Amino acid sequence: MSEGPAAAPPLLEVEDLRVWFPAGRGPAVKRRRFIKAVDGVSFTVHRGETLGLVGESGCGKTTTARAVLKLLDPTEGRILFDGVDLSAIPRRELRRMRRRMQPIFQDPFASLNPKRTVEAVVAEPLVIHRQGSAAERRARVSELLATVGLPPDAATRYPHAFSGGQRQRIAIARAMALRPDLIVADEPVSALDVSIRAQILNLLGDLQEEFGLTYVIIAHDLALVRQVTDRVAVMYLGGIVELRPTEELYRRPRHPYTVALLSSAPIPDTAAEQARRRIVLEGDVPSPADPPSGCRFHTRCWLRQKLGNPEVCATDPPPLTPIGESGTAGAAACHFPHEVAGSSELQETLQALTGASGGAKGCREVPVEEPEISD
Amino acid sequence: MTRRTKRLEEAASRRNEESGRMGAAIANLRPRTFLEAYGVVVIVVMVAAIAAAPLLASDPLEQDLSVALTGPSADHWMGTDNLGRDIWSRILNGGRVSLVIGLFVLIAAGTVGVVYGAISGYLGGIVDAVMMRVVDIFLSFPAIMLALLISAALGPTIRNVILAIAAAWWPVYARLIRGQVIVVKEREYVTASRALGAGPMRNLFQTVLPNSLGVMKTIFVLDIGYAILAGSTLSFLGLGVSLPTPEWGVMIREALQFPNSWWLILSPGLALMLFVSAINFAGGIVTRSVHEIPGR
Repeated sequence: MSEGPAAAPPLLEVEDLRVWFPAGRGPAVKRRRFIKAVDGVSFTVHRGETLGLVGESGCGKTTTARAVLKLLDPTEGRILFDGVDLSAIPRRELRRMRRRMQPIFQDPFASLNPKRTVEAVVAEPLVIHRQGSAAERRARVSELLATVGLPPDAATRYPHAFSGGQRQRIAIARAMALRPDLIVADEPVSALDVSIRAQILNLLGDLQEEFGLTYVIIAHDLALVRQVTDRVAVMYLGGIVELRPTEELYRRPRHPYTVALLSSAPIPDTAAEQARRRIVLEGDVPSPADPPSGCRFHTRCWLRQKLGNPEVCATDPPPLTPIGESGTAGAAACHFPHEVAGSSELQETLQALTGASGGAKGCREVPVEEPEISD
Repeated sequence: MTRRTKRLEEAASRRNEESGRMGAAIANLRPRTFLEAYGVVVIVVMVAAIAAAPLLASDPLEQDLSVALTGPSADHWMGTDNLGRDIWSRILNGGRVSLVIGLFVLIAAGTVGVVYGAISGYLGGIVDAVMMRVVDIFLSFPAIMLALLISAALGPTIRNVILAIAAAWWPVYARLIRGQVIVVKEREYVTASRALGAGPMRNLFQTVLPNSLGVMKTIFVLDIGYAILAGSTLSFLGLGVSLPTPEWGVMIREALQFPNSWWLILSPGLALMLFVSAINFAGGIVTRSVHEIPGR
C-alpha cells in the first residue's frame, strides 16, 4: 500500500472496519441476518492528503464515512484518529475529538437547520465547544463567511434565502469554524448544479492549501474524483477492491470493477462517446446481507468469464495486494491483476478516455469565472 | 415577455425584498378570507371587553333582589338572574375565568406533553415503548371522563379545573409531538449537529424540537377554544368552577332551573359559541403561517 506523501504518522487509520446492520429476524432457529454494509475496510489518510472513496450507490461508502465521523458505531475494527482509537475513549474525549473532524453533507438543503440564521448555523460548533465570547464568535462568523465567499449580510438571513451552491458554502463555513484537521465530505457537490460544482471544488481546494486540511471525499463521479484527490479507494459491496494513487488508478487500473467503472464514465465528446464500447456488468449488485463467496465481485466479473471462470475467484477472497515493486503504486484486490493489465477491454477504455479529455488531465484547478453572489 | 409574466416577476422580486422569514411570517398572519377576518375581529372585541370588564360593568356579585329575574332592560341590558345580579357583568367577568382556564390548560398540558413526548420520541427504543404505554393508559379513558374524575377528587376550584383538564389532555400532545420528533430527528441537520459534538440535550431542545413544533402551533391555537369548552362543561356538570364565581358553564347550569327566563341561558350560550367558533375560524391563519413559510 502507498505510504503517501510523508513518512509522518497518518492522521486517520481505518483498520478492518465492519459495520453490520441487523436485518429483520428470521425464524427463531435461524441466526440473525445482517446487512454487511461495510465488511473489512482498511485505509490510511495522511495529513494534507485527499482520499477519494468511489463506488456505486449501496457499496458502503457513506456508511464508512459515518463510521469515521463516529456517527455510528463500528461493529468491528478500529478507527484511529491521530493515533487515538475513537471507540475506546470516553464520551467527553470524543466530543473534544469531534472538533478536529468535521463533516460536509451531500444535500445542503437538508444539512442546515431551517429555523436558525446563517450566523447561528455557522457559530453552532463554536457555541457547542464554548469557544470565545459572543462578540468573538460574531467576528469569527463574518471571517468565515468571507473565507467561503459569501457577503457579510448573509449572517442575518435564513438558509432558505440561499441557492444550493451558497448553502453548501454555508455548510463549509460551519465545518471550518473550529479549524479542523480532517473534513469528511459525503458527495459534497452531487446535489448541486453542474455549473456550481467547480466553484465549490475550487473552494475546497483553496481551503486545503490555506489551512493544510485533510479530506476524505466521497463521490460517484469519476471525473470529479480525478481532479481533486491524491489517492482513490474504489469500493464494491462493502469492501475496497482497489486503492491507488489517483493517476495510477486512471491510467493503469488493476481491478476489473475499476475498469468497468471507467468504461461507464461519460466522456464529454459525443463522437467518442458513441464510438466506444462499454463494459456492461451483468445482473444486479448482490445483496450485502449475503455477499458472494470468494471475490465479492466474481458473480459479475467480465474478466472471470473471459478467463473461463477460474475456481479461485469463487473460493478465495483476494487480499488487497500491492502493485509493482516500488510499493507506491497502490494495491488491488484481484487474483488476476496482470490479466486486467493485458486485456483489450482496458486498452479500449483508456483510449476512449484519453482520446476525449486530453486537456483536463492532471489539472487540479478547474477554470471558472469568479463566483457571482448577487442577491 | 408578456404582461402576465412581467407582473409575476415583479411580485417575486418584491417578495424577495421582504427581509426573510419574519417579514414573510407577518405577511402570512393577515387574514385572507371573510371568516378569518370575522374570527379575528370577534376575538379582539371579546378579549378587549373581558379585559376591560371593571370599566364596562358593575360588580358581578352584587345582588339586588328587587330586580331578580327581569328580562333585558336599559339598566341591565342582558337582564338579571334569580338573585338580581347583572348578567352582562357576569358574562364579562365569567369570560375572564374561561380565558384563564383555556390558556393555563394549554400551558400546562402543552409543556408537559411536549417535553414528555419529545424525550420519548428522541430516545426511542424501550424507553419510548414504556413512556408511550403510559400515554395509552391515559388515552384509554375518554378525556372528559378523566377530567371529571380528577376534578371530583380534587374539589371545584379554578386551579383544580385547570389541573384536571390538563391531566386529561397532555397525552394527546405527547403523542403528537413524539411523531414529529421521530421524523425530524432523522433529518440531516440533526446528524450534522451531532457530528459537531452537540450533546443529546442540546440536540433535542435546540435543533429537533424547534423544527417539530410547526403543526403543534396550529393545534394549540385551536385547542384554546376546546379548553374553554371543556372548562365550561365541567362547570356545567357541577364539577368545575362553582358559584358564586361567574363562569359561562356555571351560568348555563344555573339557567336550567328557570326555563321561562330565556335571557339567562342565551347570553352565556352565545358568548361561548361566538368565542370558540371565532378561535376556530381564526385558527386557519396560524395553519397557513406555519405551512407557507418558505424553507418550512
